[in-house]
Amino acid sequence: MFKYFPHTKADIDSMLETLNVTSIDELFKDIPQSVIFNSDYDVPSFMSESELRNHFAELGKKNQELTLFSGLGIYDHYQPAVIDAITSRQEFMTSYTPYQPEISQGTLQYIFEYQSMIQTLTGMEVSNASMYDGSTATAEACFMACAVTKRNKILISSTLNPNTANVIKTYLKYKDLVWDFIDEKSGVIDLEDLKTKLDKDVAGVVVQKTNLYGIIEGYDGFSELIKENKSLFIINADISTLGVLKSPKEDGADIACGDCQSLGMPPAFGGPTLGYLASEKTHVRKMPGRICGYTHDLEGKRAFVLTLQAREQHIRRSKANSNICSNQSLMALFVTVYLTLMGKNGLKEVNNLSYQGAHYLYDQLLKTKKFRDPFNQPFLKEFTLETMIPKETIQTAFLENGILGGISLDIYGEKYQGLINFSVTEKRTKAEIDKLLEIVEGLS
Amino acid sequence: MINYNRMIFELSNPGRIGYSLPKQRFTDYNVEALDKKYLRNAELLLPEVSELDCLRHFTNISNKNFGVENGFYPLGSCTMKYNPKINEEMAANKAFRSLHPLQPASTVQGALEVYYQLQEYLSTISGLHEFSLNPYAGAHGELVGLMIIKAYHEERKDFKRKKIIIPDSAHGTNPASTVVCGMDVVEIKSNSLGRVDLESLKAVLNDEVSGMMLTNPNTLGIFENDICEITKLIHEAGGLMYYDGANLNALLGKVRPGDMGFDVMHINLHKTFSTPHGGGGPGSGPVGVTEELAKYLPNPRVKKIDDYYFIENSGEALGQISSYFGNYLVALRAYAYIRTLGKENLKLVGPYATLNANYISNALKTAYDLPIPGYCMHEVVFNGLTNKDTDVRTLDIAKRLLDFGMHAPTIYFPLLFPQSIMIEPTETESKETIDDFINVMHKIAIEAKEDPDKLKQAPTKTPIRRTDEVFAAKMMIFSYKDYLEYIQNRG
Repeated sequence: MFKYFPHTKADIDSMLETLNVTSIDELFKDIPQSVIFNSDYDVPSFMSESELRNHFAELGKKNQELTLFSGLGIYDHYQPAVIDAITSRQEFMTSYTPYQPEISQGTLQYIFEYQSMIQTLTGMEVSNASMYDGSTATAEACFMACAVTKRNKILISSTLNPNTANVIKTYLKYKDLVWDFIDEKSGVIDLEDLKTKLDKDVAGVVVQKTNLYGIIEGYDGFSELIKENKSLFIINADISTLGVLKSPKEDGADIACGDCQSLGMPPAFGGPTLGYLASEKTHVRKMPGRICGYTHDLEGKRAFVLTLQAREQHIRRSKANSNICSNQSLMALFVTVYLTLMGKNGLKEVNNLSYQGAHYLYDQLLKTKKFRDPFNQPFLKEFTLETMIPKETIQTAFLENGILGGISLDIYGEKYQGLINFSVTEKRTKAEIDKLLEIVEGLS
Repeated sequence: MINYNRMIFELSNPGRIGYSLPKQRFTDYNVEALDKKYLRNAELLLPEVSELDCLRHFTNISNKNFGVENGFYPLGSCTMKYNPKINEEMAANKAFRSLHPLQPASTVQGALEVYYQLQEYLSTISGLHEFSLNPYAGAHGELVGLMIIKAYHEERKDFKRKKIIIPDSAHGTNPASTVVCGMDVVEIKSNSLGRVDLESLKAVLNDEVSGMMLTNPNTLGIFENDICEITKLIHEAGGLMYYDGANLNALLGKVRPGDMGFDVMHINLHKTFSTPHGGGGPGSGPVGVTEELAKYLPNPRVKKIDDYYFIENSGEALGQISSYFGNYLVALRAYAYIRTLGKENLKLVGPYATLNANYISNALKTAYDLPIPGYCMHEVVFNGLTNKDTDVRTLDIAKRLLDFGMHAPTIYFPLLFPQSIMIEPTETESKETIDDFINVMHKIAIEAKEDPDKLKQAPTKTPIRRTDEVFAAKMMIFSYKDYLEYIQNRG
């Protein structure tokens, strides 16, 4: 017997007898003998629960928990204990997509609340129920722009995180769509270059705020220009920063998208996180993924349901706008609980605390004369400096002291040589920041 | 508290807080110092509640949900098996969940070992050479698998191969993924036994065929016993075979997709490998390929030399399809599941799941219309009631089941029958639970004859009754802001 299989020998015998067969193997008689697998999987023998715990404890020892001064899409923000308490409830965690609304109001209601929160943060009219991550959400936003405009080219800002840009490129390439990059100037997207590249094939323009370098880009004049060209303006924004920064709507976006990891999710080695996608209602029928709507039941009770499903793959099949099915529903609950706890004041405070820590670190790093700022642009919690000392020296010293920080952007290509990225959240204490500075002081 | 009906925003009281943040440490700085042109003016409509308010709200709405631990969940094609608690405990381990994806490989050897070993386990279980765990979900895996097929033909300069053959019984994601991957769908009809019709298949084979997507057992829960002939035909036509792993649970311990001649596949870890469905994700859809196709797997890859694990980005890969390593913590749960079962128990999954499904099929075939006779695999599809002289439909049967404290099966899918009821019990259900379900289904069949209105009215014991979906689609109330406007306009 095994703990997940309730079949006793008596149960099996009785079931087989009902079926008028003598062994379970007889049920597989349709399968050609030539494909029957008669040996063992190359998997170790089973483990008891305590053996598994020991095994994971050993595996865990092979990881090093570091003090994170790194960002680039995955941030070390505080996660209130309440989030785990709620998201681990089996009613939320083990249920399926809410296709039976009568017994899925829990899921449907938090999705509605999640959509409401994304709506208010982005300022857009409608959010879907979630996408896989920020990069795939942005790629789907590009598809959406192509579907809305019936055009085939996407302009991508050079200041996008290369991970996001790479995913967009893969998606576009295989759908036989094309793209071009808009140059950067002083660490921000170059409006003049955008002007020269906007043509009648351009379906959408994708920018990122805060950008790869952590810089807060301003989009004065962008929206007018892009609208005039009948293209869509897609802003990928770190959702947490929208507690204080201009919303995509205020920046003139047609589609807002990005990652929600910064709203209550652990770094988790990069996943699961959640991608958000929001737009104006005029484009909702081209929007991918699930959307929850408000309604009532036949007795007039408040109810929530999945709606406009005729857009989706399970109805439209090859005519669907996207193939997305399962997305990141439970992570939307992380976001909803996080934003419920933080409220508008908490979210502002998180941004202010992160801003303060990041600016303190920035000023102090410049004082060491071992770094310079090649951009001199505004930033929030993340910034990029040029180093005067070899990156290996910095990273080795940090790692020896249990710090992950100063990520060298040259992991994304030669053009970023010498650029080092730092990120500071509200979790970083003065002692931790001062320790990092002390290490830098000691380097030569 | 089943009548709880507040939205979180309705609990809000200005000034109340549910967080505790560190004291300000660097008061020389303030975010308000940023140029106003960067700062938001728009009001934020977020709730202001205490911690307990928050907990009560979400606990109360959770009680309106039905999870695997509430009762029987026979949703066909979804493999709603038990999601083990120990896996959750392992995934909550700080030594994994606090890792940043940009940490140097030397500091994440444990995490990479889990990732790498899971790739290896999936290989031996599926009979395919190599896996990537980066795809986020089943449909994402399909897309990535199709990209690999497309990349393969394009590298051979065989650009006209754009057609993907898909049976009419396939999941909706198959044709949708094909189109998203820039290829065309060629749908073929099933034969009277619910299987791929070989003559229909032969009729569409030509030098434009890129590949074929197939679920085996198919969505009727039936094994495609001509599978060797099918893969041979596709390969002879120059195409590749894609295995939709949605129904892999049936095959554990019995058949490996690689041995049937499949070249590319995805696995839904949230089905076969017990990770929670989460109300619609996060799932995980690893993609596996033959040795010849391994170079196309998406970046980043996790590799091993001696006992050292490292991360590699290859120029030959199809590119990047995720920011980092996919839904890593989901993969970690699947790893824990495989280690818990071990080779001894993994091979019992398919047989027990199949035994349970056949037991249901046999017990219900008098009252319910079983369109395809014979043994099924892990799931069984009925076409409504045997008694066609009532206006009771599959929807009514499904809704009535909710009143008995059971989740409904998948309904109106596959599309081959007008009244499809697709039942998948999984191997984690006991004979007693299944007997209860069988009894309830027979009771419902009798009610359909004697008191059909009861079914038409069902459910009546759930937190809400049937919903007005037309209203939702027409009013398009997608947020609390929309709701407030609706209330205001309604007066």
